[in-house]
Amino acid sequence: MTGADVRRVAGRIRWYVRELTGESVYDRYVAHARAHDPEAPVLSRRAFERARMDAREADPREGFRCC
Amino acid sequence: MTPKSIAVWSLVALAGAIGWAALALSRGEEVSAAWMLAAALGSYAIAYRFYSRFIANRVLKADRNRATPAELLDNGVDFHPTDRRVLFGHHFAAIAGAGPLVGPVLAAQMGYLPGTIWLVVGVIFAGAVQDMVTLFFSTRRNGRSLGQMARDEIGPVGGIAALVAVFIIMIILLAVLALVIVNALAHSPWGVFSIGMTIPIALFMGVYLRILRPGKVSEVSLIGVALLLLAIVSGGWVAESSWADFFTLEPGTLVIWMIVYGFLASVLPVWLLLAPRDYLSTFMKVGTIGLLAVGVVIALPTLKMPAVTDFASSGSGPVFAGSMFPFVFITIACGALSGFHSLVSSGTTPKMVQKETQIRMIGYGAMLVESFVAIMAMIAACIIDPGLYFAINAPVGAIGDSVQSASQAVANFGFTISPDALAQAAKDVEETSLLSRTGGAPTFALGMSEIFSAVVGGTAMKAFWYHFAIMFEALFILTTVDAGTRVGRFMLQDMLGNAYKPFREVSWKPGVWFASAVVVGGWGYFLWVGVHDPLGGINQLFPLFGIANQLLAAVALAVCTTLLVKSGRLKWAWVTAVPLAWDVAVTLTASWQKIFSEDVKVGFFAQRDKYQAGIDAGEVLAPAKTMDDMRTVVTNSTVDGVLSALFALLIIVVLVDAGRVCYKAIRDPESVKLHETPFVESKLVAPASLFATKEEKAELAAAGVGPEGGIRKEAAETGSRT
Repeated sequence: MTGADVRRVAGRIRWYVRELTGESVYDRYVAHARAHDPEAPVLSRRAFERARMDAREADPREGFRCC
Repeated sequence: MTPKSIAVWSLVALAGAIGWAALALSRGEEVSAAWMLAAALGSYAIAYRFYSRFIANRVLKADRNRATPAELLDNGVDFHPTDRRVLFGHHFAAIAGAGPLVGPVLAAQMGYLPGTIWLVVGVIFAGAVQDMVTLFFSTRRNGRSLGQMARDEIGPVGGIAALVAVFIIMIILLAVLALVIVNALAHSPWGVFSIGMTIPIALFMGVYLRILRPGKVSEVSLIGVALLLLAIVSGGWVAESSWADFFTLEPGTLVIWMIVYGFLASVLPVWLLLAPRDYLSTFMKVGTIGLLAVGVVIALPTLKMPAVTDFASSGSGPVFAGSMFPFVFITIACGALSGFHSLVSSGTTPKMVQKETQIRMIGYGAMLVESFVAIMAMIAACIIDPGLYFAINAPVGAIGDSVQSASQAVANFGFTISPDALAQAAKDVEETSLLSRTGGAPTFALGMSEIFSAVVGGTAMKAFWYHFAIMFEALFILTTVDAGTRVGRFMLQDMLGNAYKPFREVSWKPGVWFASAVVVGGWGYFLWVGVHDPLGGINQLFPLFGIANQLLAAVALAVCTTLLVKSGRLKWAWVTAVPLAWDVAVTLTASWQKIFSEDVKVGFFAQRDKYQAGIDAGEVLAPAKTMDDMRTVVTNSTVDGVLSALFALLIIVVLVDAGRVCYKAIRDPESVKLHETPFVESKLVAPASLFATKEEKAELAAAGVGPEGGIRKEAAETGSRT
């Protein structure tokens, strides 16, 4: 395997982990908000993550785990 | 099919068939776990390739041109078209927990064969079908929950019965899972210390994510996992130090700690405890299951448990009472057919599916993987010495509390293990005793330490791997206790909100505290009872848990069947109606026996009568030791019996109501009102399966999107979809 291959695989793993853990949700939110209006105001990361947790607080059925 | 694929699939079928033959035909000699792997994996592959495809294409007619709610309602947060491989991971992490690790271990008392057959056949024809069909119908309804679908499509009576069922089942589920943990941690300073440490670790992670570096989940999870491993290692040091006494707790004390913890976890903010614990447990879950699969394949241990033990027919097994039918099918819920999955399949996952065609891979595929996890648990339970297995899993009332009495009792079960061997097994994993560690977790941990230490570290590492496995299960279970208490609290607040409005407000503290206290009190009661029951808590409560879970599966399958009939798929309704009929037969037979059986080991009311007669005559009947024990047995048997009756009643209400709706739909198809969302043409391109086919790759390239799929470029430019 060449260095480029290793970097490519590492990149895919990083992408997968970020997607799975929800780390990329903020990036997606910004992209979504800016898709139509590049000047659209967006929440800061801190405010966004707080709002996301508050939503989870409000309805615990989202993200429910099974036995 | 091409000749090449016919040849490949014939080979897969042959490998599976040879595996089954080796498992079933062994008489007396020990069988390699490799055969179990071959049988299970071969069957899964055939089922996935043929049966799930049949369901997707012929029964459900999953439509690649129909836009999913994720595409239509995309808001970048909860509705969002998610890459199929990521969503598979999400869905799997949500459905798989401690359940598939516990049930198979208990069912192993009847030998490895009955449980293994049910795990494989059950998942193929019932469990995976339920998950997939529920996911499909919920996706066609913008991700409506099972309860909402029951109300919309069956009616208010069935809907309310389903709701009540979910709530009671939640209470029993939490109690039984908590009981598993209490039994694993009692008198174990190592375990108590390491699991106790997960609380400060989670708090640290919560603060890190909230204040220090918001959103950096993978980073903080890595730190968390490192701290967790340190907690396991240091548990060993604590157990040998002068602090050991402080962390050596009686089961009764642990129950109180669990209840206090459960209440606090439910009222504390999500970000502080639940969310970080959830990240930690997901990392551990995926990592350990992966490791275990590799370990089993490398070590290829031999199964020491017989294929079928005498308990399968006699029904007098010490782990749980009752004969093979229906009790194996009740004991193994998760891994074969788990009603709880229908709550995940309707709710979170359907809001994220890119394409209807991916429902097969996500719904059916993830459940096959869970079944495979359960097969590994079965292997772990069956590679340890059967004598040891029974000494660990039989209640104190059956084997006494010394290695001598246990060795004697095991000999009466028809297996042999010397008192020295029992003492040595406990010493190997640095526990004071392994006797009557019921609940499955310690057995699984022992099997896992056997497998792992064969690959890494040898005997010296056994104790570490044992406690690693205990930690891994405890982490799942505590996360479920957190999350389940919250969901139960939320449901209760919603119900109470009908009577007094402020209860619905999540910010109204007295309401939150009251509802939390009720839910924690509910499972806390059963946990307390389970720990103090002279007949053994797992022995008494596990069948109730199984019945409850299978009851929920019946609700889900009834909703699915009703929907198949109502949507004009009567010809294919057998796909869910046959597993429904089987599940109802199992659940109702089990309830019937639990209520009416004359056998005091099986029937709750027979038990009650026997001990009540004892009290009236002033006699103390074994295994009770005092008059108080006698009264405990009478109370517990009554509560458990009433609960069994209630479960049976609920299932009948849902079935009758669903039957009425189906009958009406068949008699008068014009009158059917479906609550499906209207068809909208999809502009999204995404492959259906794990690997994109040649055509799908070409389509992705033509649409100008990456391998994760997305909206067609020209469509995105011309359309103004938001």
